[in-house]
Amino acid sequence: MVGNALRKFGPFYLMLLPGVVYFIVFRYFPMYGMIIAFKDFAIMEGIMGSDWANPWFKHFQTFYNSPYFEQLLTNTLLISLYKLVWGTVPPILLALLLNECRVKWLKSIVQTLTYMPHFLSWVIIFGILLALLSQNGGLVNRWIVDAGGESIPFLTSTDYFRSILVGSEVWQNLGWGAIIYLAAIAGIDPTLYEAARVDGASRLRMIWHITLPGIRSVIVLLFILKLGHLMDAGFDQIYILYNIQVYPVADILDTWVYRTGLQQLNFSLASAVGLFKSLIGMALVLLANNIAKRWGEGIW
Amino acid sequence: MVRNLEDKLFNAVVYTILAFCALIAVFPLLYVVSVSITPFGEVLRNGGFILIPREITFTAYKTLLTGSNLPQAFKVTVIITVVGTAINLVLTGLMAYPLSRKLLPGRQFFLLMIVFTLIFSGGLIPTYLTVKSVGLLDTIWAMILPNAIWSFNVLIMKSFFEGLPEELFESARMDGAKEFRILLQIVAPLSVPVILTIGLFYVVGHWNEFFQAIFYVTDRTLFPLQVIVREILMQSQQPLENADNVMPTQTMQMASVMIASLPVLIVYPFIQKHFTKGMLLGSIKG
Repeated sequence: MVGNALRKFGPFYLMLLPGVVYFIVFRYFPMYGMIIAFKDFAIMEGIMGSDWANPWFKHFQTFYNSPYFEQLLTNTLLISLYKLVWGTVPPILLALLLNECRVKWLKSIVQTLTYMPHFLSWVIIFGILLALLSQNGGLVNRWIVDAGGESIPFLTSTDYFRSILVGSEVWQNLGWGAIIYLAAIAGIDPTLYEAARVDGASRLRMIWHITLPGIRSVIVLLFILKLGHLMDAGFDQIYILYNIQVYPVADILDTWVYRTGLQQLNFSLASAVGLFKSLIGMALVLLANNIAKRWGEGIW
Repeated sequence: MVRNLEDKLFNAVVYTILAFCALIAVFPLLYVVSVSITPFGEVLRNGGFILIPREITFTAYKTLLTGSNLPQAFKVTVIITVVGTAINLVLTGLMAYPLSRKLLPGRQFFLLMIVFTLIFSGGLIPTYLTVKSVGLLDTIWAMILPNAIWSFNVLIMKSFFEGLPEELFESARMDGAKEFRILLQIVAPLSVPVILTIGLFYVVGHWNEFFQAIFYVTDRTLFPLQVIVREILMQSQQPLENADNVMPTQTMQMASVMIASLPVLIVYPFIQKHFTKGMLLGSIKG
């Protein structure tokens, strides 16, 4: 029996082996490594050899009592929320417009061009932002100066930084985000439009009464799932775009963990903050998935 | 009549806004291209706004490609992309195929193992310590192995495999084919769309590699393209410490941006139609 099963399924397990090793080493071992959040980690002693922190929640307490706590949490949540709203509405509008487009070549050109920024790295987008917004030589500031105004330090001013974060993300993901809504629109029963047309409905009315309700569940579902990632305000983007002048409005949990952990070598404190973030993040994802299930479609 | 006019007006509005969206998507890049091939003096004189440059020069590209560490970084990025993507696809495929076999004992366990990593992770510091303890710090592998498999891609590929007709596998087994052979000669050729899509995600991920490099690598000769480009871009932001270094002009900065993005921009239109399909597959069935 066993021999038979092994002959039948053995090759499958052999195939799984490299992947399983990968997951254990690079995904699960770090989870075990998280216990350094509860230790006074000394790099020479290693994870096991280091002493336990006293009390065990020492590093969490340090973080909670530090002036960073409130600032980091506020920044993380605010930036995330802005992105949630601005990352949801424009792609829906674009999808609606693309759906109304009766000229095929225009539609495909617009799609190709608007998807493209999704594939550019944040370093590239940083370069583009410099060309457009930097104080010396940026296109927008030249316009402002030519028009008789004072140049504005867009990239180093706390007044503009969050808008730039959100704006560049919208730019990057506008077209890409529209794909899924377009697909949902394609699934709407065409006879509904026929009937509406016979009744003399205008195209605006059809969008309002047929298209939007038709993709409502997709909109809600995606929104809920994005809510699950509220603790991820976008480490990659922020790390690449920010600078010391804008820390007060731009520093988030992840960027702080990076600076504290890898740059100041404060491993235990940084791990504690990382664990705090991971746990809340996990709770949010599970909660979001549960709500999504109630809407009929969880991710698992 | 009225209806017709209204329709035309509506179309006009739609087309205008769409054209505007396309323009916004592409204008910044066109501007970057134009600055990168305009002599710096000309950029300064003309207030910068020159979509069609009056004078064209490729000196910035020449300087970067001969007198900087950009070529070395380019090489590193190409190696990471080619080797990394190959490893990604092989490992993802090897995982997805057994998991698409519904009768495999322990299938649920392995799936759970993958899905859990989507919602919880060890975080930056413990991952860094792991990479350090397996001895990958300051090697090219530090930028390849820690992300060798993206959990979500396994799930996408798995659901694609599940859609393949069962009879194919049965008849191949009847003919005495072993599982590895079935995967290679029957499943793989039928899965070109999903392989291209996921492959593109992996390729772009590696091409844009930045963070693993700054986390795990300090050896400058191993820095990938994006890290070097960011350094070139940062040099205008802060005064340089050693004055011997020539401050790169805006022309040069934009040329470095172009060098780092051109390959993606060239490849992208060819695979576009596949990834739209693949992306939908992933998001609906994921």
